Amino acid sequence: MRDTCKNGLIGAALLMAVGTSAWAAGPVGPNDVKFEDATVKASLTGQPGDAAAGRKAFADKKLGNCLACHKNSEMSEQLFHGEVGTPLDGVADRWKPEELRAIVVNSKQVFGPDTVMPGFYTLEVGTHVAKNFQGQTILTAQQVEDIVAYLGTLKE
Amino acid sequence: MKLKSILPVALGALAIGFGASDLRAEPVDDKLIIDGEKEMITRTKAPEGHPFDEVLSGWLFRTPETRAMEADSFQNPAMLYVERGAEIWNTVDGAAGKSCASCHGDAAESMKNVGAHYPKWNAAAGKPYNIELQVNDCRAKNMQAEPYKFDHADQKALVTFIKHQSLGTPMGIDLSQGEMKSWWEKGKDLYYTRTGQLNLACASCHEANAGKYIRADHLSQGNVNGFPTYRLKQANMVSLHNRFRGCIRDTRAEQPKAFSDELMALEVYVTWRGTGLSIETPAVRQ
Repeated sequence: MRDTCKNGLIGAALLMAVGTSAWAAGPVGPNDVKFEDATVKASLTGQPGDAAAGRKAFADKKLGNCLACHKNSEMSEQLFHGEVGTPLDGVADRWKPEELRAIVVNSKQVFGPDTVMPGFYTLEVGTHVAKNFQGQTILTAQQVEDIVAYLGTLKE
Repeated sequence: MKLKSILPVALGALAIGFGASDLRAEPVDDKLIIDGEKEMITRTKAPEGHPFDEVLSGWLFRTPETRAMEADSFQNPAMLYVERGAEIWNTVDGAAGKSCASCHGDAAESMKNVGAHYPKWNAAAGKPYNIELQVNDCRAKNMQAEPYKFDHADQKALVTFIKHQSLGTPMGIDLSQGEMKSWWEKGKDLYYTRTGQLNLACASCHEANAGKYIRADHLSQGNVNGFPTYRLKQANMVSLHNRFRGCIRDTRAEQPKAFSDELMALEVYVTWRGTGLSIETPAVRQ
Protein backbone atom coordinates (compact mmCIF):
# COMPACT_ATOMS: atom_id res chain seq x y z
CA MET A 1 0.00 0.00 0.00
CA ARG A 2 2.73 2.33 1.07
CA ASP A 3 4.82 1.31 -1.92
CA THR A 4 1.96 1.93 -4.27
CA CYS A 5 1.53 5.37 -2.83
CA LYS A 6 5.23 6.09 -3.10
CA ASN A 7 5.30 4.89 -6.69
CA GLY A 8 2.31 7.05 -7.41
CA LEU A 9 4.08 10.07 -6.04
CA ILE A 10 7.19 9.38 -8.04
CA GLY A 11 5.06 8.92 -11.09
CA ALA A 12 3.36 12.26 -10.50
CA ALA A 13 6.72 13.95 -9.99
CA LEU A 14 8.00 12.42 -13.20
CA LEU A 15 4.94 13.59 -15.10
CA MET A 16 5.42 17.10 -13.75
CA ALA A 17 9.05 17.06 -14.76
CA VAL A 18 8.17 15.92 -18.27
CA GLY A 19 5.39 18.49 -18.40
CA THR A 20 7.71 21.29 -17.32
CA SER A 21 10.40 20.42 -19.80
CA ALA A 22 7.85 20.18 -22.61
CA TRP A 23 6.58 23.64 -21.65
CA ALA A 24 10.11 25.03 -21.48
CA ALA A 25 10.83 23.75 -24.97
CA GLY A 26 7.56 25.18 -26.34
CA PRO A 27 7.29 28.56 -28.01
CA VAL A 28 7.90 31.74 -26.04
CA GLY A 29 4.54 33.36 -25.28
CA PRO A 30 3.82 36.78 -26.79
CA ASN A 31 4.17 38.46 -23.39
CA ASP A 32 7.52 36.79 -22.74
CA VAL A 33 9.42 37.80 -25.86
CA LYS A 34 12.67 39.51 -24.81
CA PHE A 35 13.66 42.61 -26.77
CA GLU A 36 17.31 43.67 -26.45
CA ASP A 37 18.32 46.82 -28.32
CA ALA A 38 15.56 46.40 -30.89
CA THR A 39 16.42 42.75 -31.49
CA VAL A 40 14.95 39.41 -30.49
CA LYS A 41 17.97 37.14 -30.42
CA ALA A 42 16.57 33.64 -29.97
CA SER A 43 14.11 31.78 -32.14
CA LEU A 44 10.66 31.96 -30.57
CA THR A 45 10.25 28.23 -30.97
CA GLY A 46 13.84 27.15 -30.40
CA GLN A 47 13.66 25.82 -33.95
CA PRO A 48 14.92 27.38 -37.16
CA GLY A 49 12.23 28.71 -39.48
CA ASP A 50 11.23 27.13 -42.78
CA ALA A 51 11.70 29.70 -45.55
CA ALA A 52 9.35 27.89 -47.97
CA ALA A 53 6.55 27.85 -45.40
CA GLY A 54 7.42 31.46 -44.60
CA ARG A 55 7.00 32.46 -48.23
CA LYS A 56 3.44 31.10 -48.09
CA ALA A 57 2.59 32.76 -44.77
CA PHE A 58 4.08 36.01 -46.09
CA ALA A 59 1.64 36.05 -49.01
CA ASP A 60 -1.40 34.58 -47.21
CA LYS A 61 -3.97 37.36 -46.78
CA LYS A 62 -5.16 35.87 -43.49
CA LEU A 63 -1.63 35.50 -42.08
CA GLY A 64 1.24 37.86 -42.87
CA ASN A 65 -0.57 39.57 -45.76
CA CYS A 66 2.76 41.37 -46.16
CA LEU A 67 2.12 42.32 -49.81
CA ALA A 68 -0.74 44.54 -48.67
CA CYS A 69 1.87 47.09 -47.68
CA HIS A 70 5.25 45.92 -49.04
CA LYS A 71 6.62 45.44 -52.52
CA ASN A 72 8.63 42.26 -52.94
CA SER A 73 10.13 41.55 -56.37
CA GLU A 74 10.84 37.94 -55.44
CA MET A 75 7.08 37.46 -55.43
CA SER A 76 6.40 39.07 -58.80
CA GLU A 77 3.88 36.36 -59.70
CA GLN A 78 1.51 38.16 -57.33
CA LEU A 79 -0.01 41.35 -58.72
CA PHE A 80 -0.48 44.63 -56.86
CA HIS A 81 2.14 45.00 -54.17
CA GLY A 82 1.40 47.71 -51.64
CA GLU A 83 3.52 50.77 -50.98
CA VAL A 84 2.58 51.72 -47.44
CA GLY A 85 5.74 50.07 -46.06
CA THR A 86 9.26 50.00 -47.47
CA PRO A 87 10.04 47.59 -50.34
CA LEU A 88 11.47 44.33 -49.06
CA ASP A 89 13.92 43.73 -51.90
CA GLY A 90 17.30 43.15 -50.26
CA VAL A 91 15.81 43.40 -46.77
CA ALA A 92 18.25 40.74 -45.54
CA ASP A 93 21.17 42.95 -46.57
CA ARG A 94 19.85 45.75 -44.37
CA TRP A 95 18.66 43.85 -41.29
CA LYS A 96 20.04 40.94 -39.30
CA PRO A 97 17.71 38.00 -38.55
CA GLU A 98 17.35 39.07 -34.91
CA GLU A 99 16.30 42.54 -36.07
CA LEU A 100 13.82 41.13 -38.59
CA ARG A 101 12.37 38.92 -35.86
CA ALA A 102 11.88 41.94 -33.59
CA ILE A 103 10.17 43.89 -36.39
CA VAL A 104 7.79 41.06 -37.25
CA VAL A 105 6.99 40.30 -33.60
CA ASN A 106 6.21 43.91 -32.64
CA SER A 107 7.51 46.62 -34.92
CA LYS A 108 6.57 49.31 -32.38
CA GLN A 109 9.49 48.09 -30.26
CA VAL A 110 11.78 48.96 -33.17
CA PHE A 111 10.16 51.87 -35.03
CA GLY A 112 8.26 53.48 -32.15
CA PRO A 113 4.55 53.78 -31.37
CA ASP A 114 3.57 55.68 -34.52
CA THR A 115 4.36 52.99 -37.06
CA VAL A 116 1.26 51.63 -38.76
CA MET A 117 2.79 48.15 -39.08
CA PRO A 118 0.82 45.66 -36.99
CA GLY A 119 2.66 43.56 -34.42
CA PHE A 120 2.33 39.96 -35.55
CA TYR A 121 3.20 38.24 -32.26
CA THR A 122 2.08 40.63 -29.57
CA LEU A 123 -0.97 41.24 -27.44
CA GLU A 124 -0.33 45.00 -27.43
CA VAL A 125 -3.12 45.66 -29.91
CA GLY A 126 -5.89 48.17 -30.57
CA THR A 127 -9.17 48.70 -28.69
CA HIS A 128 -12.32 46.60 -29.12
CA VAL A 129 -10.61 43.55 -30.60
CA ALA A 130 -13.24 41.30 -32.21
CA LYS A 131 -14.21 38.32 -30.05
CA ASN A 132 -12.71 35.71 -32.34
CA PHE A 133 -9.31 37.46 -32.25
CA GLN A 134 -9.15 38.33 -28.54
CA GLY A 135 -6.04 37.07 -26.75
CA GLN A 136 -4.64 35.83 -30.04
CA THR A 137 -1.67 36.89 -32.09
CA ILE A 138 -1.87 37.34 -35.87
CA LEU A 139 0.84 34.72 -36.43
CA THR A 140 2.00 31.73 -34.41
CA ALA A 141 5.57 31.67 -33.11
CA GLN A 142 6.50 29.16 -35.81
CA GLN A 143 4.96 31.31 -38.55
CA VAL A 144 7.03 34.26 -37.31
CA GLU A 145 10.17 32.11 -37.51
CA ASP A 146 9.20 30.89 -40.99
CA ILE A 147 8.65 34.43 -42.26
CA VAL A 148 11.92 35.59 -40.67
CA ALA A 149 13.68 32.71 -42.46
CA TYR A 150 12.05 33.72 -45.75
CA LEU A 151 12.96 37.39 -45.30
CA GLY A 152 16.53 36.19 -44.69
CA THR A 153 16.60 34.96 -48.29
CA LEU A 154 15.73 38.38 -49.76
CA LYS A 155 19.21 39.55 -50.71
CA GLU A 156 20.29 41.71 -53.61
CA MET B 1 -11.70 43.57 -87.09
CA LYS B 2 -13.19 43.87 -83.65
CA LEU B 3 -10.41 41.83 -82.06
CA LYS B 4 -7.77 43.87 -83.81
CA SER B 5 -9.13 47.08 -82.43
CA ILE B 6 -9.44 45.71 -78.90
CA LEU B 7 -6.00 44.06 -78.66
CA PRO B 8 -3.81 47.18 -78.62
CA VAL B 9 -6.08 48.65 -75.95
CA ALA B 10 -5.82 45.50 -73.84
CA LEU B 11 -2.04 45.41 -74.21
CA GLY B 12 -1.85 49.06 -73.36
CA ALA B 13 -3.87 48.46 -70.23
CA LEU B 14 -1.54 45.60 -69.25
CA ALA B 15 1.50 47.80 -69.79
CA ILE B 16 -0.04 50.44 -67.54
CA GLY B 17 -0.86 47.78 -64.96
CA PHE B 18 2.72 46.57 -64.71
CA GLY B 19 4.67 49.71 -65.36
CA ALA B 20 2.73 52.20 -63.37
CA SER B 21 3.88 51.31 -59.86
CA ASP B 22 6.16 54.32 -59.59
CA LEU B 23 3.69 56.70 -61.25
CA ARG B 24 0.54 55.69 -59.49
CA ALA B 25 1.20 57.13 -56.04
CA GLU B 26 -0.48 60.48 -56.64
CA PRO B 27 -4.09 61.47 -57.07
CA VAL B 28 -4.74 62.41 -60.70
CA ASP B 29 -4.80 65.89 -62.10
CA ASP B 30 -8.26 65.73 -63.65
CA LYS B 31 -11.58 67.52 -63.51
CA LEU B 32 -14.88 65.85 -62.70
CA ILE B 33 -17.57 67.35 -64.89
CA ILE B 34 -20.84 65.43 -64.73
CA ASP B 35 -22.33 64.98 -68.22
CA GLY B 36 -19.97 67.63 -69.52
CA GLU B 37 -22.01 70.29 -67.73
CA LYS B 38 -21.65 70.33 -64.00
CA GLU B 39 -18.17 70.69 -62.57
CA MET B 40 -17.52 69.19 -59.15
CA ILE B 41 -15.10 70.64 -56.62
CA THR B 42 -12.75 67.70 -56.13
CA ARG B 43 -9.89 69.72 -54.58
CA THR B 44 -10.18 72.58 -52.20
CA LYS B 45 -8.32 74.36 -49.45
CA ALA B 46 -8.69 72.53 -46.15
CA PRO B 47 -10.60 74.17 -43.29
CA GLU B 48 -8.58 75.67 -40.46
CA GLY B 49 -7.18 73.09 -38.07
CA HIS B 50 -7.15 70.34 -40.71
CA PRO B 51 -4.00 68.18 -40.94
CA PHE B 52 -3.85 68.60 -44.74
CA ASP B 53 -3.44 71.78 -46.78
CA GLU B 54 -5.84 70.53 -49.40
CA VAL B 55 -8.78 68.16 -49.22
CA LEU B 56 -9.26 65.79 -52.14
CA SER B 57 -12.23 63.82 -53.36
CA GLY B 58 -11.81 60.05 -53.51
CA TRP B 59 -12.67 60.39 -57.21
CA LEU B 60 -9.10 61.60 -57.86
CA PHE B 61 -7.75 58.29 -56.55
CA ARG B 62 -9.76 56.02 -58.82
CA THR B 63 -8.93 54.45 -62.18
CA PRO B 64 -9.73 56.25 -65.44
CA GLU B 65 -12.61 53.79 -66.08
CA THR B 66 -14.17 54.38 -62.67
CA ARG B 67 -13.77 58.14 -63.01
CA ALA B 68 -15.43 58.08 -66.43
CA MET B 69 -18.31 56.03 -65.07
CA GLU B 70 -19.12 58.67 -62.47
CA ALA B 71 -18.74 61.54 -64.94
CA ASP B 72 -21.48 60.13 -67.19
CA SER B 73 -24.84 59.79 -65.49
CA PHE B 74 -26.00 57.31 -68.16
CA GLN B 75 -23.07 55.04 -67.30
CA ASN B 76 -23.28 55.55 -63.55
CA PRO B 77 -25.03 52.40 -62.26
CA ALA B 78 -26.12 54.27 -59.15
CA MET B 79 -28.47 56.53 -61.09
CA LEU B 80 -30.95 53.63 -60.98
CA TYR B 81 -31.03 54.05 -57.21
CA VAL B 82 -31.67 57.76 -57.61
CA GLU B 83 -34.66 56.87 -59.81
CA ARG B 84 -35.86 54.35 -57.27
CA GLY B 85 -35.47 57.00 -54.57
CA ALA B 86 -37.67 59.37 -56.56
CA GLU B 87 -40.36 56.69 -56.69
CA ILE B 88 -40.21 56.21 -52.93
CA TRP B 89 -40.36 59.97 -52.42
CA ASN B 90 -43.71 60.01 -54.18
CA THR B 91 -45.15 56.80 -52.73
CA VAL B 92 -47.64 56.92 -49.86
CA ASP B 93 -46.61 54.77 -46.91
CA GLY B 94 -47.80 54.44 -43.32
CA ALA B 95 -51.05 55.03 -41.42
CA ALA B 96 -51.10 58.79 -42.04
CA GLY B 97 -51.49 58.16 -45.77
CA LYS B 98 -48.60 60.41 -46.69
CA SER B 99 -45.57 60.27 -48.93
CA CYS B 100 -42.47 62.45 -48.56
CA ALA B 101 -43.92 64.57 -51.37
CA SER B 102 -47.18 65.15 -49.47
CA CYS B 103 -45.34 67.58 -47.22
CA HIS B 104 -42.08 68.37 -49.04
CA GLY B 105 -43.41 68.66 -52.59
CA ASP B 106 -40.87 68.60 -55.37
CA ALA B 107 -37.55 67.38 -53.94
CA ALA B 108 -35.64 69.27 -56.63
CA GLU B 109 -36.75 72.42 -54.81
CA SER B 110 -37.39 71.40 -51.21
CA MET B 111 -34.29 69.20 -50.87
CA LYS B 112 -31.96 71.30 -53.00
CA ASN B 113 -28.63 71.64 -51.15
CA VAL B 114 -30.15 70.18 -47.98
CA GLY B 115 -28.06 66.98 -47.85
CA ALA B 116 -24.80 68.91 -48.16
CA HIS B 117 -25.26 70.28 -44.64
CA TYR B 118 -25.90 67.07 -42.73
CA PRO B 119 -25.26 65.84 -40.04
CA LYS B 120 -27.18 68.54 -38.23
CA TRP B 121 -27.83 69.08 -34.55
CA ASN B 122 -31.21 67.68 -33.50
CA ALA B 123 -32.24 69.32 -30.25
CA ALA B 124 -35.12 66.96 -29.51
CA ALA B 125 -32.91 63.90 -29.86
CA GLY B 126 -29.93 65.59 -28.22
CA LYS B 127 -27.56 64.30 -30.89
CA PRO B 128 -26.54 64.94 -34.47
CA TYR B 129 -28.87 63.56 -37.12
CA ASN B 130 -27.81 62.36 -40.53
CA ILE B 131 -30.24 61.98 -43.43
CA GLU B 132 -31.05 58.38 -42.47
CA LEU B 133 -32.06 59.37 -38.94
CA GLN B 134 -33.99 62.39 -40.21
CA VAL B 135 -35.92 60.22 -42.67
CA ASN B 136 -36.74 57.66 -39.98
CA ASP B 137 -37.89 60.39 -37.63
CA CYS B 138 -40.14 61.80 -40.33
CA ARG B 139 -41.52 58.37 -41.17
CA ALA B 140 -42.35 57.63 -37.54
CA LYS B 141 -43.78 61.03 -36.57
CA ASN B 142 -45.38 62.35 -39.72
CA MET B 143 -46.12 59.31 -41.87
CA GLN B 144 -46.82 56.85 -39.06
CA ALA B 145 -44.72 54.39 -41.01
CA GLU B 146 -42.12 51.94 -39.76
CA PRO B 147 -38.62 53.41 -39.59
CA TYR B 148 -36.25 51.80 -42.08
CA LYS B 149 -33.94 49.13 -40.77
CA PHE B 150 -30.28 49.95 -41.33
CA ASP B 151 -29.29 49.49 -44.96
CA HIS B 152 -32.76 48.54 -46.15
CA ALA B 153 -32.67 48.94 -49.94
CA ASP B 154 -35.32 51.69 -49.75
CA GLN B 155 -33.35 53.58 -47.12
CA LYS B 156 -30.28 53.60 -49.34
CA ALA B 157 -32.26 54.60 -52.43
CA LEU B 158 -34.15 57.41 -50.68
CA VAL B 159 -31.03 58.83 -49.00
CA THR B 160 -29.18 58.63 -52.32
CA PHE B 161 -32.02 60.53 -54.00
CA ILE B 162 -32.07 63.22 -51.29
CA LYS B 163 -28.29 63.65 -51.29
CA HIS B 164 -28.34 63.81 -55.09
CA GLN B 165 -30.40 67.01 -54.84
CA SER B 166 -27.17 68.59 -53.56
CA LEU B 167 -25.02 67.40 -56.47
CA GLY B 168 -22.16 69.87 -56.80
CA THR B 169 -22.93 71.77 -53.59
CA PRO B 170 -19.91 72.17 -51.30
CA MET B 171 -20.25 70.03 -48.21
CA GLY B 172 -20.30 72.03 -44.97
CA ILE B 173 -21.78 71.41 -41.55
CA ASP B 174 -22.66 73.86 -38.80
CA LEU B 175 -20.60 73.04 -35.73
CA SER B 176 -21.97 76.01 -33.78
CA GLN B 177 -25.37 74.38 -33.24
CA GLY B 178 -26.16 72.57 -29.97
CA GLU B 179 -23.36 70.28 -28.87
CA MET B 180 -21.96 69.66 -32.34
CA LYS B 181 -18.49 70.73 -31.27
CA SER B 182 -18.25 68.10 -28.53
CA TRP B 183 -19.45 65.44 -30.98
CA TRP B 184 -16.79 66.66 -33.40
CA GLU B 185 -14.19 66.26 -30.62
CA LYS B 186 -15.41 62.77 -29.84
CA GLY B 187 -15.32 61.87 -33.53
CA LYS B 188 -11.79 63.20 -33.77
CA ASP B 189 -10.71 61.01 -30.85
CA LEU B 190 -12.20 58.00 -32.59
CA TYR B 191 -10.52 58.90 -35.88
CA TYR B 192 -7.13 58.61 -34.17
CA THR B 193 -7.95 55.60 -31.97
CA ARG B 194 -6.30 52.40 -33.09
CA THR B 195 -8.67 49.47 -33.04
CA GLY B 196 -8.56 45.73 -33.41
CA GLN B 197 -5.87 43.10 -33.60
CA LEU B 198 -4.32 44.96 -36.53
CA ASN B 199 -4.09 48.07 -34.34
CA LEU B 200 -5.04 50.62 -36.99
CA ALA B 201 -6.86 53.94 -36.75
CA CYS B 202 -8.69 55.73 -39.57
CA ALA B 203 -5.69 58.06 -39.62
CA SER B 204 -3.22 55.18 -40.10
CA CYS B 205 -4.43 54.75 -43.67
CA HIS B 206 -6.35 57.87 -44.68
CA GLU B 207 -4.05 60.46 -43.13
CA ALA B 208 -0.58 58.93 -42.75
CA ASN B 209 -0.74 56.97 -46.01
CA ALA B 210 -3.28 58.72 -48.25
CA GLY B 211 -2.16 58.47 -51.86
CA LYS B 212 -0.37 55.17 -51.39
CA TYR B 213 -1.50 51.76 -52.49
CA ILE B 214 -2.55 49.06 -50.06
CA ARG B 215 -2.49 46.08 -52.39
CA ALA B 216 -4.68 47.17 -55.33
CA ASP B 217 -6.52 49.84 -53.36
CA HIS B 218 -5.41 53.42 -53.75
CA LEU B 219 -5.82 54.96 -50.29
CA SER B 220 -7.79 58.18 -50.50
CA GLN B 221 -8.22 60.77 -47.77
CA GLY B 222 -11.41 58.94 -46.84
CA ASN B 223 -13.76 61.82 -47.59
CA VAL B 224 -17.47 61.16 -47.46
CA ASN B 225 -18.81 63.58 -50.08
CA GLY B 226 -19.83 60.76 -52.45
CA PHE B 227 -21.99 58.72 -50.05
CA PRO B 228 -24.11 56.72 -50.46
CA THR B 229 -21.65 55.57 -53.08
CA TYR B 230 -21.75 52.85 -55.71
CA ARG B 231 -18.97 50.40 -54.90
CA LEU B 232 -17.92 48.27 -57.87
CA LYS B 233 -16.43 45.68 -55.51
CA GLN B 234 -19.86 45.05 -54.01
CA ALA B 235 -21.85 45.96 -57.13
CA ASN B 236 -24.21 47.86 -54.85
CA MET B 237 -24.90 51.13 -53.12
CA VAL B 238 -22.91 51.38 -49.92
CA SER B 239 -24.00 53.65 -47.10
CA LEU B 240 -21.50 55.61 -45.05
CA HIS B 241 -22.09 53.64 -41.86
CA ASN B 242 -21.74 50.40 -43.79
CA ARG B 243 -18.31 51.59 -44.98
CA PHE B 244 -17.30 52.76 -41.49
CA ARG B 245 -18.22 49.33 -40.17
CA GLY B 246 -16.38 47.56 -42.97
CA CYS B 247 -13.19 49.52 -42.31
CA ILE B 248 -13.39 48.85 -38.58
CA ARG B 249 -14.07 45.15 -39.19
CA ASP B 250 -10.93 45.03 -41.35
CA THR B 251 -8.86 46.07 -38.33
CA ARG B 252 -10.27 42.91 -36.67
CA ALA B 253 -12.29 44.95 -34.17
CA GLU B 254 -15.89 44.69 -33.00
CA GLN B 255 -18.04 46.87 -35.22
CA PRO B 256 -20.04 49.66 -33.57
CA LYS B 257 -23.74 49.65 -34.51
CA ALA B 258 -24.88 51.84 -37.37
CA PHE B 259 -26.03 55.27 -36.12
CA SER B 260 -24.53 54.56 -32.68
CA ASP B 261 -23.11 57.57 -30.85
CA GLU B 262 -19.62 56.48 -31.89
CA LEU B 263 -20.38 56.35 -35.59
CA MET B 264 -22.49 59.53 -35.51
CA ALA B 265 -19.55 61.34 -33.89
CA LEU B 266 -17.24 59.89 -36.51
CA GLU B 267 -19.62 61.01 -39.27
CA VAL B 268 -19.62 64.56 -37.90
CA TYR B 269 -15.83 64.68 -37.75
CA VAL B 270 -15.16 63.02 -41.11
CA THR B 271 -17.77 65.18 -42.84
CA TRP B 272 -15.95 68.23 -41.49
CA ARG B 273 -12.67 66.88 -42.86
CA GLY B 274 -14.15 67.05 -46.36
CA THR B 275 -15.50 70.60 -45.97
CA GLY B 276 -15.80 72.36 -49.32
CA LEU B 277 -15.84 69.29 -51.54
CA SER B 278 -18.87 68.94 -53.79
CA ILE B 279 -21.50 66.40 -52.91
CA GLU B 280 -21.00 63.75 -55.60
CA THR B 281 -23.81 61.41 -54.59
CA PRO B 282 -24.04 58.95 -56.14
CA ALA B 283 -20.27 58.61 -56.53
CA VAL B 284 -18.67 55.53 -58.09
CA ARG B 285 -15.73 53.97 -56.29
CA GLN B 286 -13.69 50.80 -56.65
